[in-house]
Amino acid sequence: MEAPSIHVAFQNVQKSYDGEILVVKDLNLDVEKGEFLTMLGPSGSGKTTCLMMLAGFEPATHGEIFLNGQPINNQPPNKRGIGMVFQNYALFPHMSVNENLAFPLQVRGMKREEVTERVDRALGMVELGGFGGRRPAQLSGGQQQRVALARALVFDPQLVLMDEPLGALDKQLREQMQYEIKNIHESLGVTVVYVTHDQSEALTMSNRIAVFNDGVIQQLSSPDDLYERPQNSFVAQFIGENNKLSGMVTEVNGDSCTVKMGTGEVITAAAINVAGAGQPTTLSLRPERVEIAPDEGALPNALQGQVKDLIYHGDHIRAVLQVADTSEFVVKVPNNVGHKVLSKGENVTVGWQIEDCRALDHMDV
Amino acid sequence: MSDAAATSQSTPRDALLVASDGVPLKVKLAKTTAAARRRAFLLTLPLVLFVLISFVFPIGEMLVRSFHNPVGGNVVPAFAESIAKWDGKGLPSEEVFEVFVKDLARARKVRDVGKTVGNLATRVNYEIPGSRSLITKSARKVGKIKNPPYKDALLAIDKRWSNPHVWLVLQRATTDYTLSFYLAALDRRYDKTNNIVQADELYRIYIPILLKTLWLSALITFLCFMLAYPVAYLLSTLPLRTSNLLMILVLLPFWTSLLVRTTAWIAMLQTQGVLNDVFVSLRLIGNEDRIQLIYNQTGTIIAMVHILLPFMILPLYSVMKTIPPSYMRAARSMGASQTYAFIRIYFPQTLPGIAAGTLLVFILAIGYYITPALVGGNDGLLISNLIADHIKSTLNWSLGAALGSILLVIVLMLYWLYNRLVGIDNLKFG
Amino acid sequence: MKFTKSLAITALGLGTALAATATTATVANAKACGKAGELTIVSWGGAYTKSQVEAYHKPFLKDCAGAKIKSQDYSGGIAEIKAQVEGKKVSWDIVDVELSDAIRACDEGLLETIDHAKLPKGDNGAVATDDFLKGTLYDCAVANIVWSTIFAYDTTKIKGDVPKTMADFFDLKKWPGKRGMRKGAKVNLEFALMADGVAAKDVYKALETKAGLDRAFKKLDTIKSSVVWWTAGAQPPQLLADGEVLMTTAYNGRIFNAVAGEGKPFAIVWDGQIWDLDLWVIPKGGPNKDLAMDFLKYSTGTKPLAAQASYISYGPARKSSSSLVGKYHNKDIDMGPQMPTAPNNLKNAVQSNFSFWADNADQLKERFNAWLAKG
Repeated sequence: MEAPSIHVAFQNVQKSYDGEILVVKDLNLDVEKGEFLTMLGPSGSGKTTCLMMLAGFEPATHGEIFLNGQPINNQPPNKRGIGMVFQNYALFPHMSVNENLAFPLQVRGMKREEVTERVDRALGMVELGGFGGRRPAQLSGGQQQRVALARALVFDPQLVLMDEPLGALDKQLREQMQYEIKNIHESLGVTVVYVTHDQSEALTMSNRIAVFNDGVIQQLSSPDDLYERPQNSFVAQFIGENNKLSGMVTEVNGDSCTVKMGTGEVITAAAINVAGAGQPTTLSLRPERVEIAPDEGALPNALQGQVKDLIYHGDHIRAVLQVADTSEFVVKVPNNVGHKVLSKGENVTVGWQIEDCRALDHMDV
Repeated sequence: MSDAAATSQSTPRDALLVASDGVPLKVKLAKTTAAARRRAFLLTLPLVLFVLISFVFPIGEMLVRSFHNPVGGNVVPAFAESIAKWDGKGLPSEEVFEVFVKDLARARKVRDVGKTVGNLATRVNYEIPGSRSLITKSARKVGKIKNPPYKDALLAIDKRWSNPHVWLVLQRATTDYTLSFYLAALDRRYDKTNNIVQADELYRIYIPILLKTLWLSALITFLCFMLAYPVAYLLSTLPLRTSNLLMILVLLPFWTSLLVRTTAWIAMLQTQGVLNDVFVSLRLIGNEDRIQLIYNQTGTIIAMVHILLPFMILPLYSVMKTIPPSYMRAARSMGASQTYAFIRIYFPQTLPGIAAGTLLVFILAIGYYITPALVGGNDGLLISNLIADHIKSTLNWSLGAALGSILLVIVLMLYWLYNRLVGIDNLKFG
Repeated sequence: MKFTKSLAITALGLGTALAATATTATVANAKACGKAGELTIVSWGGAYTKSQVEAYHKPFLKDCAGAKIKSQDYSGGIAEIKAQVEGKKVSWDIVDVELSDAIRACDEGLLETIDHAKLPKGDNGAVATDDFLKGTLYDCAVANIVWSTIFAYDTTKIKGDVPKTMADFFDLKKWPGKRGMRKGAKVNLEFALMADGVAAKDVYKALETKAGLDRAFKKLDTIKSSVVWWTAGAQPPQLLADGEVLMTTAYNGRIFNAVAGEGKPFAIVWDGQIWDLDLWVIPKGGPNKDLAMDFLKYSTGTKPLAAQASYISYGPARKSSSSLVGKYHNKDIDMGPQMPTAPNNLKNAVQSNFSFWADNADQLKERFNAWLAKG
């Protein structure tokens, strides 16, 4: 019994709308039972197309999609038993909340009493008991969102797809709903495939995240891996804040390599994704891992920089520096007791650990 | 929203709110917005005047004309007064005859529009066909009657004057207000003893045509709906560039003159026309049994469906365009088949468009007259053709007005019915 | 009211019969009008208006410096005149109308009265009241032409045994095929009775009775399913040309012009023709009343009336014009035999009885429409 734990599988799936451009290129992805998997990527990266293929609204041009081990390419969407939450909720405007929720149950020919009971239970789950008689237009955005969620879950699907479900909500409501969705997911144990372009949403909710770009999964891993150990420049750039330094690999020594900057300085970095000596590379460095004016010799890498701009953020100060050939080198200086006070135009040293500076594939910017 | 209502109610009504200078807030508000409201009113004034002059007054005049016909009082006022007192039994008295003869002789010399003997003759002729010449002929001769007895003298001119029915009609025709035209419009008339009876079967035309108009309009509306729904759906789902192109094709009939379109249908549908030629060349029918597709009811239906189709497509399209595909997808994802999802989810949401389209097409159809006049032939005549005929050729404006008023009432009743069934605020015309 | 109910047909023996010598024109050089202004002349359009432009308008403008003419088309009826006169906004100065409309408009006070004594003498010196055919002068109207409703067929479609009488028009057994007829009771009831064997002179007597009416409708019933109804004068030649109908009733001038002007292979059957008048009327209260009267006098003179007959096959209303009727304006066709009033064409003919129609038009229209609507 090893296969059953795989709930959804994409095998060599390709998709083209016009026969000229592949919007999904050779996708292979397994989603485990009970998992919360997020497809994250910029718009046009192919993530929504993948979701639509899984739901059955778009046919795959090539390859096969499996649901519980069964190929479903020829199965119409109504036979797949997948719950779905749409970007704008798609609540039926001519029906009351109760009728909306009863719809999937009536389709299944459920008895009236059972329908009523289940609808009430689902409404209770999203804390909307007593709203059943209203029309969707009489609800606030957040309430509509909950109804959409309840409707997708009311018929007990094992798999729920969510297509940017929180996109239309304001920031505070969004964060609250993230928390609630996460809770419901955990208590029901359903598998969720979630599509978003919001990286913080992906990071807070998911078990695993598939980062899409250009029709290809760039990296599939847990949120912390994704942030701390990006496998390529795109992921490093897309997830969180990132400093980029361009250079040429001069030497590779096992896990680390030496890189010569365009301005002549030499840095030692973790060799994650380098082609070899003599090849260009882009170094990725998180702003919070950079130290201002470190003690001499305390850190293996130290470069000279000049403060260009200072932005006050309350708990920290963002310093923008000219370092090597980039003028947008960001450092987060924590606003704690005795922190280093910088001023514009000041020359300072910046330093960091070898493992915090990841040498990745070269990226032209 | 309920929240807003709650806040406005939380302010006690009796506590008069005042601005900081002590003037009541409402007065202040009215003052500040007065200029804007005045400007808005002035901007709409041309339209209001235009509608009044070009629509409200003429419709009002038409309604009045359908029951107000003062021709008798205009032509022979003294006689009108005198015969009004007559009890309607036998023939009127000698005095009435005297007044009539003298009034008619005087009226004969009048050449003012609307006050001539011809006008009275026309009015009487509506109720007793053939009596126009009785009155015009007699009017030429009554001048010669100088001495009593007037009754005998008039009977000598034409013995039809001895018919009491003529005098009953004259009595009725010389009152200012009459129901005669509404009766005529409903295929009814006054008989020789002033009872309301059905018209002779050979002359019953308005009610059968009215019923046929309603039935044909319903059929045309239904055909328009059946044809327009899929087209509107296709238009609403296609990418914008393609749908714009197709929309031009839909609107093309709007940009061609009605007559040109109708003539095109004649060329297309006549027995020696394109369609029949195609049928013959495909050997679907023999050259001898070409199908009569025009100058009959079929022709009226085909041409009117074509002409009215855009009025169905546009409201449907405008409603369907606002229905995102995610509704159908949501229904499918919840387990509904394509058909079930269509019936339960998509179709109900297009109801406002259907309501607007059917109402529009139906009302336009019952008022149509150019197309049926050109391609209707024998049995394709509609009620509007009869109205147009009374306005344009027989000049019985009052009867035309009565028919028009009946049509107006039917349309208003439909509107009311729609309001009850669908709700007028749910209509969406585009 | 100065009219005679029925015209003596013999008085209309124009064409060839009358041999009054044409005296040299005395009117031609005289100034045709006293005032300047722009006249709006309203007529039926097409070939008919063209014939009036050639025969009336152009010579009138030559003789009347300062006058201008705007020619306008309409489709008959007096609705527009009534609206203009009642609204006291008369823009039509002179209108070409049918007889029954002229009588009714006059009765209702919509028209200027015309002093017959002031109409010009004929070229042969006869006073107008003698020169005009009997029954062509009315209180408010002066006739210009005699026209006729006849039936016609396409000679390429019917060969050998051709229809010759009105009864043949109704004979679907011998000549199966569609028939074109004017949509309306007028003319068709007369045709039906004549086809059913009623003598031309007895047609209206019969129509005055219920039995006669029933007989007419019964006869119409026999061809009802084969009839294509037309409403405008230009339609019947088109229906014939398109092969939509085998035979059609039509205005004789339209058929003649299709033959002479466009070379169509149509033939006219004169048997049972119903002839009628077109007349000039002047709506009451127009701004150019005097000029309109000048035009009326000029255009109903001997020469213009005769000249019109060389453009269209309608007969002039003056006796003195008939001897001047020559050939079609650009072809070698004698116009005399083409006139509704040519003796050969009048053998079995009836004049449309405006008095009967004035009394019964409304009622018979209803009956006709009811009959039509029954499918």
